[in-house]
Amino acid sequence: MPRKIATRMMTGLLVLWLAASVAFVAIHALPGRIEDVLAGDLAYPGLREAIAAQWGLDRSLPWQYGQFLLRLAHADLGTSFVMQQPVLAVLQSQLWPTVQLAGSAGLLAIALAIVVATATAGLSGTRGAWAVRVASVLELTFTSTPVFWLGMLLLIAFSFQLRLFPVSGAGGWRALVLPAVTLALPTAGILSQVMRESLEAALEKPFVTTVRSRGVPELTLRVTHVLRHALLPVVTLGGWLIGSLLGGAVITEKMFGRPGIGSVTLNAVTAQDVPVVLAVVLLAAFVHVVISTLLDIAYLFIDPRLRSQ
Amino acid sequence: MSHVDQFPLGLRARLRWPRSIPAAVLLAAAFLIALAAAMAFPRFVTPYDPLVSDVVHALQPPGGEHWFGTDRIGRDVLSRVIHGARYSLLIGLASMLVSLAVGLVIGLSAGLGNRLADESASRVFDVLSAFPPILLSLFVVTFLGQGIVNIAIAVGIAGIPKFGRVLRSQALVVRRADYVTHALSYGLSRGGIFMRHVLPNVLVAVPVIATIDIGSAIIAVSGLSFLGLGPQPPTPEWGVMLAEGRDVLRVAWWPSVFPGMAITLTVLSFAVIGKFLQRKYEVRAR
Repeated sequence: MPRKIATRMMTGLLVLWLAASVAFVAIHALPGRIEDVLAGDLAYPGLREAIAAQWGLDRSLPWQYGQFLLRLAHADLGTSFVMQQPVLAVLQSQLWPTVQLAGSAGLLAIALAIVVATATAGLSGTRGAWAVRVASVLELTFTSTPVFWLGMLLLIAFSFQLRLFPVSGAGGWRALVLPAVTLALPTAGILSQVMRESLEAALEKPFVTTVRSRGVPELTLRVTHVLRHALLPVVTLGGWLIGSLLGGAVITEKMFGRPGIGSVTLNAVTAQDVPVVLAVVLLAAFVHVVISTLLDIAYLFIDPRLRSQ
Repeated sequence: MSHVDQFPLGLRARLRWPRSIPAAVLLAAAFLIALAAAMAFPRFVTPYDPLVSDVVHALQPPGGEHWFGTDRIGRDVLSRVIHGARYSLLIGLASMLVSLAVGLVIGLSAGLGNRLADESASRVFDVLSAFPPILLSLFVVTFLGQGIVNIAIAVGIAGIPKFGRVLRSQALVVRRADYVTHALSYGLSRGGIFMRHVLPNVLVAVPVIATIDIGSAIIAVSGLSFLGLGPQPPTPEWGVMLAEGRDVLRVAWWPSVFPGMAITLTVLSFAVIGKFLQRKYEVRAR
């Protein structure tokens, strides 16, 4: 078991190192001088020299590479020359709205998926079959819907017609409702599909028959006994969930005119602000790798069967 | 009985025409065929030119003259949606081909090669999927620049691990299948077995995976277009139309509702058919 944990952590580190290396190679593979790449559209006296100094461009390539990795290890994400401040400061100031959005959307998606999957898994009979059919059609529709269109439909219905929620901005919980629902629904569709499959597999297990024979009501059986088993495979989706929420946040923030990491990234892409884009992408990869590594290790503790393999 | 089920189907059984096709699949296929026809000959189907504006009739609600209404500068939304199929589907298709080509090469060498090949391929997939797909695409667009070709490449790169992983596991299954073991025991050459048995049985999974995943490619491409990184106005691409529609959302719902519906129906149709094929031809999802 300690060996398994160590291996998993090493793999995580390896992936992080490779991700950083890919970024480094990408910068150097671009045509043109690195000073010009990093400066974006800007040009003022002293800028090229400042970049050259920060990135050590007069030194050898291996030295630059080592220094690049070292800076990342110290959480030094460099300077945005377009915004003229450290990238870390830019991201820190915009982190909270995105965490709010992605966090609430994630919780909502998980809650929706658990409710729908638990209520419909393995149902039979005429009504049961219809419930499953309706749930699958809804899931498939939401996974096939682009978030920005979903956002517009919600805006039309709840902001322009019913006037329940503000159209844009980030003030208060009311402004969070529509973006969070928008971001949550497509994710919930996929989660719910996976969860129902795994619930149906768990419902086939012999222990279910035993519990049923004790006269335990169906709902209690599902919530207290089967759900735990069914959640295990879902835990492995944790990394994917984080990635999908962070990625979806870019479009959702643009859609609803919310501040946040997504808006910053988008502006950076249009302004060719390479250091910011680089930092956001690496940060997302870091979060993704850390979360999925932790979940995989947690998995070893939760499921004893995996330890011996 | 159960252990028989675990053997992968042979090529012939996979290629057999399915006995019964559910209504939903037929409906989805009909929609896609209609879309393909509209894509091939948009001028025959559309009542108006998608680019010609008619400011006098701007933002007219759906009605007799304009079934889907008109947009901010009086262009016919129906004509634009039909013409847009070409852009959105072809860019989606192109990006899927990028993922497929690279994923096939890496996935096959991982599934059929030695342990080192498998391990390094898995790390490549790990690294690529460590980046959220949209952010990875944004990263690529930052470097390559904006435009139709570049967003196709960007979305394609983000899709590599998905294709690669499926094709790797498909190759692993086929490699261990009985017909391959038997062919080996007959003393057939490895190259011959690869060409005659392994490659066709792996490739047979490709249309299935492609049908399932082209939907997410179309959504990703229209997302980047919505963000303004792909085709530029006045191109009647669905994502671009949605971005334009967002600006007039307060006064008119139709310029944004119809292109979005086109995306969703297209992606949904591919998903329905893909799921059906997947069940029918025993292709593993992941």
